[in-house]
Amino acid sequence: MDTVACIKRVPDTGAKITLTDDEQEIDTSHLGFTISPHEECAVEEAIQVADDHDGTATVLSLGSADTEEQLRTGLAMTADEATLLETDGEEWRPRKTAATLADALSDDSDTNPEFDLLLFGNESADVANHQVGVRVAERLDVPFVAGVSDLAIEDWTAVAKRDVTGGTEVYELDLPAAVGVKEGLNLPRYASMRAKMQARKQSIGRQDPVAVEFDGGIEKVRLEAPESTEGAAEVLGEGPDAVPAVVDLLRDDLEVI
Amino acid sequence: MILTLVEHAGGSPEESSLEALTLARELSTATDASLEAVAFGAESAALREELGDYGIETVHRVADDRLDTYAPEAWAESIAQLLDTTDTDAVVAPGTDRGQEVLAHVGAKCDLPMAANCLDVEAGDVYELSRQRWGGSLVEHARLDGDPKLLTAAPHEFSPETVTATAETAVQPFEPSLEESAFRVTVDRVEESGETGVSLGEARVVVGGGRGVGSPEDYDKLETLAESLSGTVGASRAAVNEGWRPHDDQIGQTGTKISPDLYVACGISGAVQHMVGCKGADNILAINTDPEAAIMQKADYAVVGDLHEVVPELNDALANER
Repeated sequence: MDTVACIKRVPDTGAKITLTDDEQEIDTSHLGFTISPHEECAVEEAIQVADDHDGTATVLSLGSADTEEQLRTGLAMTADEATLLETDGEEWRPRKTAATLADALSDDSDTNPEFDLLLFGNESADVANHQVGVRVAERLDVPFVAGVSDLAIEDWTAVAKRDVTGGTEVYELDLPAAVGVKEGLNLPRYASMRAKMQARKQSIGRQDPVAVEFDGGIEKVRLEAPESTEGAAEVLGEGPDAVPAVVDLLRDDLEVI
Repeated sequence: MILTLVEHAGGSPEESSLEALTLARELSTATDASLEAVAFGAESAALREELGDYGIETVHRVADDRLDTYAPEAWAESIAQLLDTTDTDAVVAPGTDRGQEVLAHVGAKCDLPMAANCLDVEAGDVYELSRQRWGGSLVEHARLDGDPKLLTAAPHEFSPETVTATAETAVQPFEPSLEESAFRVTVDRVEESGETGVSLGEARVVVGGGRGVGSPEDYDKLETLAESLSGTVGASRAAVNEGWRPHDDQIGQTGTKISPDLYVACGISGAVQHMVGCKGADNILAINTDPEAAIMQKADYAVVGDLHEVVPELNDALANER
């Protein structure tokens, strides 16, 4: 069973964000890069499913040449193959990204998808458009479920679960299928130093994406960092001595007791 | 016409859909367009009364027995067919898993762009909008050009308000032509969690614990505090990664986004991705040994101290208050 995890290179998600002077991008001059957290789980799941069902796991990304770093992370996690659809680093919108990924995932001869299970992060950490996975699945005509927090493969069926208020929705998808997964699906493995060294030597497949252009669309004007409310905390006291003031706050001001 | 996707439980609209309706009503007022809704399932006819309070003039009730169970592609195909028969300026959906998923399918089927998690929208030939990025840490100002425009409303960003003059809501049955293949993705079954407590995303009080809690056992004192305040317990990503709490408890960019009246953050440093998850809280009380921790700068109230000393004392005090 062959799996593909689609990943994206994003600035370190724990970092404090500042913008470039023209307000068009996140200033990444002092930031590291990573794989989106949801997508890290997608890679882990792709590897586990491929291992359990005697197949191969591939990591696929569309992005700048630097995205090789994240693909090598996937290889170090023991993915079998990696492919980069190299762009000049400009931000691509979801329709264009999805059309290009779908092209890369289609068998040229008969447009059959070249995978049994395709995994996406539910949304990317940086842009959070919530739609690339759906659009790829629609173009490839395979079933898709978003927000997946649990996944099992039974024969040629993907049993995907999504948390809802009061329980879990269960979906059964015939393979080939695609899913958008959320962090918590699994615990992504740490790559060993040895695996990282080996991954440096592995070759990464490259394709020049043929950009599909669309009429209309969504066009970024500028980014804005919301105003900070820092520095407003009222210190109620130190240690257990502060408890009476906390009780007064809870009872009189906030009325939660 | 401005069309809103309304999710409901047994004919009672979900809070997130009422939030989306608020955004949709702003658009309909600004453009003098009618405000209408689309809803699925046999019980959607019951929405008539409640949606009238929110200014909905017509509910398009999609009638097909197979749609009583959620099926994203069939929902999307139904909306796409409804768009073919109506003059629709925009479709607004709630920023829920279903809302994002269904509208993305509509976008794919109709070859339209979609703007997710919108915060503010100014109507025109091209919509000028702002939307959340980076889990809410950043705002993108953008222009959306599509016919119709597809938008989802960022969760917890719009306060549902009823209209002063209640609309007389009509229920308009809509029968789409759906192939069996549109139902290849559908909810096969629902497994109930059996949990009776209030969910993290809906709790009015949340007590969060981070790395400073130190062990899974030490969450007991946070559980006691949450119980005293009729709330529930959450955790930071660090605590979840330590295996002290399940991922379901995670508050943050890749966890649950909370919007309680009060968030008590215990032993939590206040990393950016955590603060994204709790920025909807009306009040934040931080309990932390480090007065320089980021959370102490972002909270409304702070206690400088060890949660292991402060929380048990607080629990005792609250017990005496009863």
